[in-house]
Amino acid sequence: MPNSGIDALLSVNNLTRLGQGLAVTLKLSIISIAISLALGLIYGIAMTTKNKLLYGLLKLYLEAFRVIPLLVWLFLLFFGGARAFGADTDGFTASVIVFSMWGTVEMGDIIRGAVQSIPACQRLSAEALGMTKARIYRHVIIPQAVRRFTPAAINLVTRMIKTSSLAVFVGVTEILRVGKQIIEFNMMKNPMASFWIYAFIFVVYFIICYPVSRLSKRLEAKWEY
Amino acid sequence: MKGKTNGTLRTMTALAAGLLAAGLLTACQPNSNDTPAQSSGGDTPREQDAQEQDAREPDASQAELERGATAEIRERGKVRIAVFADKPPFGYLDETGANAGFDIVIAKRVAKDLLGDENAVEWAHVEPANRVDYLESDKVDLVFANFTVTPERSERVDFALPYMKVALGVVSPEAAPINDVSDLEGEQLIVIKGTTAETYFTNEYPEIELLKFDEISEAFQALTDGRGAGLAQDNTFLFAWANENPGYAVGVGSLGNQDVIAPAVRKGNAELLEWLNEELRALGEERFIHQAYDEALAPIYGDVVNPEDLVVEGGEL
Repeated sequence: MPNSGIDALLSVNNLTRLGQGLAVTLKLSIISIAISLALGLIYGIAMTTKNKLLYGLLKLYLEAFRVIPLLVWLFLLFFGGARAFGADTDGFTASVIVFSMWGTVEMGDIIRGAVQSIPACQRLSAEALGMTKARIYRHVIIPQAVRRFTPAAINLVTRMIKTSSLAVFVGVTEILRVGKQIIEFNMMKNPMASFWIYAFIFVVYFIICYPVSRLSKRLEAKWEY
Repeated sequence: MKGKTNGTLRTMTALAAGLLAAGLLTACQPNSNDTPAQSSGGDTPREQDAQEQDAREPDASQAELERGATAEIRERGKVRIAVFADKPPFGYLDETGANAGFDIVIAKRVAKDLLGDENAVEWAHVEPANRVDYLESDKVDLVFANFTVTPERSERVDFALPYMKVALGVVSPEAAPINDVSDLEGEQLIVIKGTTAETYFTNEYPEIELLKFDEISEAFQALTDGRGAGLAQDNTFLFAWANENPGYAVGVGSLGNQDVIAPAVRKGNAELLEWLNEELRALGEERFIHQAYDEALAPIYGDVVNPEDLVVEGGEL
């Protein structure tokens, strides 16, 4: 091999393309995470319901995403949706929908766990003070639950960022796919390109995910009582 | 992917949540198709009679949609073509990120003759395994992704006239050559998933253990790392690779039936198929596929490959 192959990484064009791929990865992750947080809060609180039918439905939804691989959901929506209902979603939209639906149940389950972990005496005491149900949630349950669910929720965020690479399979050109395209372009004259490109992508994911997971550690330490 | 097994309840819940999510998303539609709208070459579409169909109102009914396929494409102003983005030299992205390769040269010419502008294309980047799905779910009009014609595929898509022919070969290290399929006994053979090489060895030589990879580069890396005794792929591509990589030789030069590679349209899209076949015959008359070979393949294949072993003009073998 005449060269180490690092020039495949160092070309301005390739770095720009990897940057564009990264932008797609981040956009996909951030939108999905935002939707998952918002809907997950509603879903999680709804999961604490005493209504058996509602609980059953929510549980079914949760299990559907736990049991069936995300990739199958992606294909189901992207190809199956188009074939069965003529719903022609593009790959990016299909990915956001599937990742959000998955994120919502995962986030919701974390929130449900946190809410239910608040001792019953807290709620009973608040009721004894004459607080309404909404006020009990707002002032007693949620503030305490937030501390308990934050570390797990941040962990989920890093998982969602990494899982976004599944979007490759429905034609989304995110960072991993750009990397592969550059590697394949270089396969004849620069077989070592794969090493440098994957190393670069590794570092990029690390730079994104590590601070997030550090944040979770710090919050955990700060809120310990 | 018909994984909808148990109960409508889950589907309904899932759909409700999906709709909710979709509603929140309207502002986030990406602009992923980066086809630059360059000035048209000033060419008018060759098929004058087909242009009259522009006047016809597109009808919502399925039969009308299929019959007016070229009219629909003209109305849209863009033809949606599925190509490879990581399979040089047939379909890949060059240094600047633009689509390039043998398939793309031909696809662009088809777009130019259909719409008068070779850049009036919405490229969809596909994988070997999902080309049929893209057509069946009507996400693209045409597939130009090194699509080998097989009886199984012909049941699900309609192939046009071929523009290329291939046979399989096996490349191996000169130090431990594989000169016959029998040499592969007890050895591992490297193949790329979704290729004709994989199907051929699975059906004809089930006793040979296959080592399967998703990407061409990964497969060749595995060969140079010594993880398999040989690698089976299109023989022309192997000749070119062996030429670039000293120490390797194509011990088995031609194997199995000669296969042909053709563009495909959605099953039953007779009008577009007919137009495409007409177009390929016209291109054959001006020997355009040879030009495409010179432009996209000759720089890589050099003198080791004879273009006549690969190029098909006007669908005539």
